[in-house]
Order: sequence, then C-alpha cells, then structure tokens
Amino acid sequence: MNRFDYVKPATVAEAIAAAGAPGAAYLASGTNLLDLMKGNVVRPERLVDITHIKELTRIETSGNGDVRIGALVRNADLAYDASFAKDFPAVAEALLSGASAQLRNAATVGGNLLQRTRCAYFYDTASACNKRAPGSGCDARDGENSQHAVLGWSEACIATNPSDFCVPLAAFDAVVEVEGASGRREVALEALHLLTGTTPDRESVLAPGELIVAIRLPAAARAFAKHARYLKVRERNSYAFAVVSAAAGLVLENGSIQQARLALGGVAAKPWRAHEAEALLAGQPAEHGSFERAAEAALREATPSGDNAYKIPLARQLIVRALQAAMQGTPSRMPALPASPFSAVPGALHDA
Amino acid sequence: MNWTVRLAVNGEPRTLALDDPRVTLLDLLRERLHLTGTKKGCDRGQCGACTVLVDGRRINSCLTLAVSLDGAAITTIEGLAQGDRLHPVQEAFIAHDALQCGFCTPGQIMSAVGLINEGQAGDDPERVREGMSGNLCRCSAYVGIVEAVRDAQATLTDKERAA
Repeated sequence: MNRFDYVKPATVAEAIAAAGAPGAAYLASGTNLLDLMKGNVVRPERLVDITHIKELTRIETSGNGDVRIGALVRNADLAYDASFAKDFPAVAEALLSGASAQLRNAATVGGNLLQRTRCAYFYDTASACNKRAPGSGCDARDGENSQHAVLGWSEACIATNPSDFCVPLAAFDAVVEVEGASGRREVALEALHLLTGTTPDRESVLAPGELIVAIRLPAAARAFAKHARYLKVRERNSYAFAVVSAAAGLVLENGSIQQARLALGGVAAKPWRAHEAEALLAGQPAEHGSFERAAEAALREATPSGDNAYKIPLARQLIVRALQAAMQGTPSRMPALPASPFSAVPGALHDA
Repeated sequence: MNWTVRLAVNGEPRTLALDDPRVTLLDLLRERLHLTGTKKGCDRGQCGACTVLVDGRRINSCLTLAVSLDGAAITTIEGLAQGDRLHPVQEAFIAHDALQCGFCTPGQIMSAVGLINEGQAGDDPERVREGMSGNLCRCSAYVGIVEAVRDAQATLTDKERAA
C-alpha cells in the first residue's frame, strides 16, 4: 500500500473541499478501497475519511413517501430495517445476498454503488487492463473470462459491475443524490454507471471530487412490495459474487400484469435494466409464456465475450424464475439463503 | 505526523499515537497491542479469521483502518472469558469439537458472538450456516461449528431469561 495523506472532515462541505486535491479519494468503510490499495491496484495520494459525517447516516421518509437513504448507512442496517424491508423487499434481499455478515456490517450503501469490478485482470497489476492502465490492453479477452460480460461490452473491456444492491435499485427507479464543488445534483441510478466503450477507466458519470450523499427510492416502488424478488446464481451457496442475477417486481390484478420491473446483474459493466422486457410484460397474463417472451427480449442483444456463452441462456432462465417467484409473492420472511434460486419456490428442490 | 486514536480494547481505555495511517485494526491489535488471538488469514476480507467486534458488531479487522475508529469499543477473542471462566460460545466450540487446527477459531467464535447479538438466525441451522458464511474453515469443521453456535445461543438465551 502506498503512503497517503489522511484527513477526517466533519461535514459534507469540508469533505468536498478536502477531496478537491489531485489524487484524493473518499474513504467510507473501505471494504473495497483498502483491498484495492493493498494490491496496489489503486494508489490514492489522500484519503478523505467521511465515516464521521453524521448527516449521512440516516434513513428518512419524506413527505411525498420517497425513502432517502444516507450514503453512510451500512448495508446490514438497511437490510434489517423492518419498515424498509417490508416496502422494498427485493432491495433487502439483494443486500443480504451480497458478501458476508462482517462485510455487510461495515460496507456502506454509497460505497456499494462505486465498488470496482472483480475482474481478476483488473486486480492483477502484472496483467494488461484498460480499466486500470488505459491503453495497456485487456488480458481478460483471451484469459479466464467465463464470468465476464455478455451485454454492453466492448473490445477494450469485458468486465462486469459486481453489485447486487444496484440491480433492484435500477429496476425500481432509484435516484442518487450527488454533491460536488459546483453544488448538488441528482442522477438516476440507471444512468450512474457507464458502459466500457473505449474508456473503461471512466466508470460513472461522477466528476472528480463529487460525493454520493444519498440514494432515494421513489414512493411508487412500494407498489411492487407484494411481488418482488431478487435471485442470484453463484458458484457457491453463499459469500460469492453473482454469475447472473435478476431483480423482478410485478403489480398484478386478476392474474394480469399491470406493471413489471426487471433488471439484471453480473452481465454488464452496469446494472442492466430490461425496459423492453418490462413493456412486453405489461398487460399480459402472469404466466410462463409471458415470462419467456420477456426473457427472450431482455437477452436479444447479448453476445459472449469469451467462454461465457452459457450466461445467456442462464440469464434467460433466471429471469423466468425471478418473475415466477415474484408472481408467487414476496415471502413473509426473508429466505434462509437470500436470493437463492434453489429455494422458496414451490415445487423447486431445496438446496441444503 | 501522528494521529491519535482512542479505543476501548476489551473494556480497557487505550490512547494510541499512530505514526502511519495505513495501520489496519488487525495490525494494530497484533503488532502494537500484542493481542495475537485475532488471526491474519487472507488479509483481504475473504476468510474471516480476523473477525472482531467494533461497538458490538462483527467486522473484518483487516479491512479497517485503525485511524478511522477513534472512539470505538473493540472486543477481541482475549476479551470474552471472565478470568478462567470461558464464554458460552468458547465452551460450546470445545463441547462440539468445532475445530481441528484452530487457526480460524478466534474469528469463528467472534463471528458467532456477533451473529447471536444480531438475533437474525434463530435456531435454524440453515440460517446459522448462512450467517457464518464469512468465516472459512479449511479443516471443514462446519458441522461442529453450526451445532456449537446453536448450543451457545440456547445457553445465552436461557441465561437472559433467568436474569
């Protein structure tokens, strides 16, 4: 780990001023940043520790019913907030399917949004990586790439965004509140992350020094609370990143779909909202055939970027499963293994 | 430059002057306070051997900068027993043979104490397994670990009821 200057501001304004220095990075819990620094993948010259800014630690409901989550709320605290989990169950399920209990106790929701890809070539400083060292090439293209992107990837970079939390946030129209030297602005979660294109080192629309201060879930997302799930395929039962994941929400009336929300994780450099699939579902009967047509539409543009062609049918099948699970209803209690596609669906075999 | 960090470590107030902000809580405990019960396994947040409680919550001490924790209360494996009387989780790990080599055990025990504090798993073995998934045991003593956690939880709950 490189040497760095360390500052601990008490307010957002002080933090933004301190982060104006070149080479500065915000430090929240550090569960991703310190890991990257230990591997010399990133080498910030200054850490601006925001963990003591009290105003960023609250969960509030505003007058119009939107829920505003301060950027420093810990993943576990949000997932176990009973009122939040009841209103936004797929978000709570996604949070609890990520990482381990220890990491969820530390990691913050703002940090989750800006975590880096887990592409092994990004982490290995001896490998070529256009994201870490622009222009150096991409060793993942001819390497171990069975978990890489199948949507929105480019020749320059085939990495995926690893966040679970962002997937239902994208599905349910979350908004990110950002503050920087030029003031406060809002960005739709869906528009926060950038596809890799020719500049995979640019991962979000945030300008240098901008700070995520809160995430807002619109009141309207509560309409899906009775029929919302997050499902995640992993290479082991727990404590693993998604190979493919899906967040699904439905509003049903007499067996017909009034509204649908669908987003995928593990398939692209950003959480992948499936708008076309949602439009196809609206007005259709809530049944297998409708779900299959939506899944087909969601993956129509998908192409393998390496040894990962299997992820395309896997994503289709997971979408069908997630929509089925959402149709059957949000479980009254969080499943023992959150987001497992192998449990809590009647008729499916239990995994343990 | 020095950074002053005030911590309560196993109930004892400590004021530490850090000459380098890079020191993790894990290295602070092991190298500067000589509390070597907390283990360094992967040092990257993947194995759970370094688990301690910060203000009662289990976290990976390898991924936490000590300088950031000013004012926190830290509990390590050394802080669980009361003199010669082991903590119920420690007793349960022995009773259920929940270890072989023992290297992951301090982290397992601290994680189990955290899990029981959180109160989310109940007596369901599948929820206990999921709640303990951040602690790897390469000797694979998992069956004993799950039984030890359930047993300790029952003991602690009985004690609370009696109190």
